[in-house]
Amino acid sequence: MAAPGTASLLRAAAASSRCRWLLAASRGAAGRPDGESVAARTPGRFFGVSARARLSSEDKVTVHFINRDGDKLTAEGKVGDSLLDVVVDKNLDIDGFGACEGTLACSTCHLIFEDHIFEKLDAITDEEMDMLDLAYGLTETSRLGCQICLKKFMKNMTVRVPEAVADARQSIDMSKNS
Amino acid sequence: MGSSCGRVCWKWRSPLRRLAGFSRLLSTAALAPQICVVGSGPAGFYTTQHLLKHHRLARVDIYEKLPVPFGLVRFGVAPDHPEVKNVINSFTQTAHSDRCSYYGNVTIGKDVTVKELQQAYHAVVLSYGAEDNRILGIPGENLSGVYSARAFVGWYNGLPENRDLKPDLSSETAVVLGQGNVALDVARVLLSPLDILRKTDITEGSLAAIACSKVKRVWLVGRRGPLQVAFTIKELREMINLPGTRPLLAPADFTGLGDVIKDVPRPRKRLTELMVKSALEKPGEKEAGRWASATKEWGLKFQRSPLEVLSAADGKQARGIRIAVTRLEGSGESARAVPTGEVEELECGLILSSIGYRSLPLDSAIPFDPKLGIIPNSLGRVQGEPGLYCSGWVKRGPTGVIITTMNDSFDTAQSVLEDLQTGVLNLSSSKEGFKSVRSILHSRGVHPVTFSDWEKIDAAEVARGKLAGKPREKIVDPQEMLQLISH
Repeated sequence: MAAPGTASLLRAAAASSRCRWLLAASRGAAGRPDGESVAARTPGRFFGVSARARLSSEDKVTVHFINRDGDKLTAEGKVGDSLLDVVVDKNLDIDGFGACEGTLACSTCHLIFEDHIFEKLDAITDEEMDMLDLAYGLTETSRLGCQICLKKFMKNMTVRVPEAVADARQSIDMSKNS
Repeated sequence: MGSSCGRVCWKWRSPLRRLAGFSRLLSTAALAPQICVVGSGPAGFYTTQHLLKHHRLARVDIYEKLPVPFGLVRFGVAPDHPEVKNVINSFTQTAHSDRCSYYGNVTIGKDVTVKELQQAYHAVVLSYGAEDNRILGIPGENLSGVYSARAFVGWYNGLPENRDLKPDLSSETAVVLGQGNVALDVARVLLSPLDILRKTDITEGSLAAIACSKVKRVWLVGRRGPLQVAFTIKELREMINLPGTRPLLAPADFTGLGDVIKDVPRPRKRLTELMVKSALEKPGEKEAGRWASATKEWGLKFQRSPLEVLSAADGKQARGIRIAVTRLEGSGESARAVPTGEVEELECGLILSSIGYRSLPLDSAIPFDPKLGIIPNSLGRVQGEPGLYCSGWVKRGPTGVIITTMNDSFDTAQSVLEDLQTGVLNLSSSKEGFKSVRSILHSRGVHPVTFSDWEKIDAAEVARGKLAGKPREKIVDPQEMLQLISH
């Protein structure tokens, strides 16, 4: 049973670290391709505890989730957090979200983005595409929440949780699946 | 228990939970639905999770035949896929709910009948999965060296009933009949570098056997063509990238497919593109180097249907397989393989049939469709049996990945919740739940294993694994498990 404070313990867990590593790597490099200014503020510094502590309210991003039942859930996350981090840390009530805990082994954190946000997201990897292939209700602007890290341009964006519809089951026959 | 807490969206921390506990104290026993779930795999746990979350008073007891929980997550998922096993964290949180209990080491249909469960509970959900496999039905199937992939998977994953399989790995060529994800799992485990397997939770016995394996080449044989393979792209990509191996893909099987797949759904399209690319395009430098230095290989053989397993001179051991060349009638997912009359022989000492799992009827009193291998149901409601439900593979057949079972189990739980709301499930008759089952078990000398018992076994396995530098060393003997918790 999760004790209070579990969320913060979990934040340190390996599964959540992917985005932060990416962030750290890009800080070491010449900056973000989309012009985010984090690198400029702490040039050449790797992302450590001290740097994280310096994140101020301006590094917070508010995100709205439209749940399967149409309910709107609003939560705030830090720049660099993945959308899975936000859902878990803020305890958002989305059934079955993040079953594999952000390890690219399922598609339960599938989210649908607004066009103008989707266009600006980092390039998708083959591995993410592979898992999205098995997602329910796949759209042209679908991504996995565990692979999308908050950036400032995402402030107040709305993402939609797809309905769990059965159509994806018919698209591929997995009759000998483990 | 920080490390075993899941990062999933599961809300035990919410105030709702405390409220639920509080209202349970206030409510009468008659108002709290007593539900039981048969089987503790993903279907059982996801059904339970949904019921507990969406009904503030429901109590769910999970029964499991083995002492240990989690079904195919423990015994089916490949040892080198630990990520998929992360679902265990949220299942563990579910089991820790004060409205959920786990009773392992109880075989429904033998120790307790379904009828008895129905007397003890308002609703019974059958989610016991598919414990058997489809058979080939060809001569020689029982020769030594021929195994079901299900048994082979059970063997390397420590499933008690398969622990003494001792597969014969002395032949250089293995043939896997079937082209699904289980077939790829089996091929990958046979060909993986030992350094990879050693760090997984594969059992030490099977690791030792695989370390002495002579298998260098694995053929995955399918009756139909590349457009009908059943495996998914993640598993194929993994196979293509497996260190120390090279793929054997005949260019002729893939030429011209590029045009055919333009209009097929995205999963099939990307899957086919990956096969076409690997078969027809010049590999990149890194890949070319890996293929050149590979000591092991695997390949796909299409339009080949098994006719007979050939025996060696001793009449006992398999030495090869006779296969019929087929042509396809129709196209796409529904294409049928028809023999052309041409026959081939393939030499191999190890044959693994991977043509699908199969559910079995639990109890003659429960409707079962032997042809489809499922319990006839509508949205999880067992036909003609009010109060009886099913979820997972026994509900829809042995297909799909974890999200398929999750959604399907949520659907069944939803049906139960609806029936509670509409009064189809009559709560006015008080049900004793486990209390009455406990006395039945007691009278029959059956000692159930609780979740905290499992946690002792779990801790012992993790401790043993630590000594060997792996996540756990599974205990494969149920008696040893029971001794550990001093049953």
